[in-house]
Amino acid sequence: MQTKRTIFPNRWLPYGLLAPQLAITLVFFIWPALQAVKSSFEREDPFGFKTTFIWFGNYAKLLADPLYLNSLWRTLIFAVLVTAIAMGVSLILAVAVNRLLRSGRVYTTLLVWPYAVAPVVAGILWWFMFNPSIGILSYLLGQLGVTWNHRVNADQAMILIVLAASWKQISYNFLFFVAGLQSVPASLSEAAAIDGAGPFKRFWTIVVPLLSPTTFFLLIVNINYAMFDTFGVIDATTSGGPAQSTNILVYKVYADGFLGLNIGSSAAQSVLLMLIVIILIVVQFRFVERRVQY
Amino acid sequence: MVENRPWLNVLTHLVLVVGVIVIAFPVYLAVIASTHDEGAFLRGVVPLLPGPHLLDNYGQMLSQGMSTSGAPPLTLMLANSLVMAIAIAVAKIAISIISAYAIVYFRFPLRTLAFWTIFITLMLPVEVRIIPTFKVVADLGLLNSYAGLTIPLIASATATFLFRQFFLTVPDELMEAARVDGAGPMKFFRDILLPLSRTNMAALFVILFIYGWMQYLWPLLVTTDTKFYTVVMGIKRMAAVADADPQWNLVMAAVVLAMLPPVLIVVFMQRLFVKGLVETEK
Repeated sequence: MQTKRTIFPNRWLPYGLLAPQLAITLVFFIWPALQAVKSSFEREDPFGFKTTFIWFGNYAKLLADPLYLNSLWRTLIFAVLVTAIAMGVSLILAVAVNRLLRSGRVYTTLLVWPYAVAPVVAGILWWFMFNPSIGILSYLLGQLGVTWNHRVNADQAMILIVLAASWKQISYNFLFFVAGLQSVPASLSEAAAIDGAGPFKRFWTIVVPLLSPTTFFLLIVNINYAMFDTFGVIDATTSGGPAQSTNILVYKVYADGFLGLNIGSSAAQSVLLMLIVIILIVVQFRFVERRVQY
Repeated sequence: MVENRPWLNVLTHLVLVVGVIVIAFPVYLAVIASTHDEGAFLRGVVPLLPGPHLLDNYGQMLSQGMSTSGAPPLTLMLANSLVMAIAIAVAKIAISIISAYAIVYFRFPLRTLAFWTIFITLMLPVEVRIIPTFKVVADLGLLNSYAGLTIPLIASATATFLFRQFFLTVPDELMEAARVDGAGPMKFFRDILLPLSRTNMAALFVILFIYGWMQYLWPLLVTTDTKFYTVVMGIKRMAAVADADPQWNLVMAAVVLAMLPPVLIVVFMQRLFVKGLVETEK
């Protein structure tokens, strides 16, 4: 690992400097994570008097549980939709801003602020618009002959959380796409234009390939966001319902552990989620290394 | 721009205007809703133009809160959010900068291990290890306290990485010169490294303040005493109790107040915000 050419010779100071960070990491991160791993191998009786070690019992039960598999499937749908919508819309907006000179900055300011809106608040805003009795959007849909009630209709509940979650993520993706677009050399586009390529051809053959590092990075970040940071959106809008249709993995861990008090199963779910995060991070870092060479 | 194509320019502006409207519409509705009285929400569809009750609604929320749902006045919740966000941002920056300093400017046994231990925190968001973390905090007696709200969230791999990357770009000559002049490690840190890191610290502060302000699940778990409610989690309580017939005007006044501080920071410190966002994610 990199250090400086010359360093300070000091035996104890570095440990002192690292101590606060390491102490917090150990107490609030590593220790709880190990506890989660431990209790994922145990079964606690309903009164909490006795715990028995049951190897992979919780995992086996989980992976055979239709509710968990349903949650997995719902998470997949949710993550794919949020990633596709949030990235698609923000790419279009970023390309548009990138064509402008001065007015682009004004548009940027008007587009980035939802980053600072908390996911719960985003959920409440969309819940308000889609409220079956007074919401403006459900009213308009009613005029078109669509009965909107996300409290009973599973697909509508999914649409609601996808829209709320994507709305919040657009500003983030937008900023990264703008940064990516600005690093595409203008000379390439100019050369292509001289050779007779129109704006759409130039976009597909020059901008899209050169933007692929940004796109891939955002893909991972968005999947991560949809899977783990959208707890507030779900809790504010559907609470996992109706009939488990929006009960994504991160909400299920909370619901089973805190509301359902099923510690073993919740711990096993935590461990599986950690594995998913680790896979996403490894993919991201391997990719970053490759980008450095290229 | 490579060539002049008028219809494409029109399309560009059209796309952006539509984008801005779609992005702003939910918040516009919330602001409008917060200016009406309760009666406006009994007539079928939400009002689309401002009403006359702006000051009443905000005044009531700030001074009394929503009595029906047992939520405290918003001034208290906003103050709690402010304390939490600032404490998290400052503490994260403080412990990250000194640990990055230790990792870059010293060589000591177990350095790599320490680095990877910090790195692991990246992989464990609160949401996935929620029950055991809650248990640790409960065992330490930190429920319903500012310490419990903030300390478990202040370990930060991203901030440590950011400072590490930055320190690696600081010329070695600075440190050699400082050593020749007889400066010790703490003097070098205080007089040379800290002033150089000022922009990075400011950018990071913006991002971390927003991060702290937006926390929802954690305050929800560790606070049961209304004295420690933060505004973002308090809103959910108001809206949820009122699920049958929410007092929309008041809920939306709270929503607007909860959004305002971080949104203003993003708008007015946009340069620092963008820098912080782009650099922490590398």
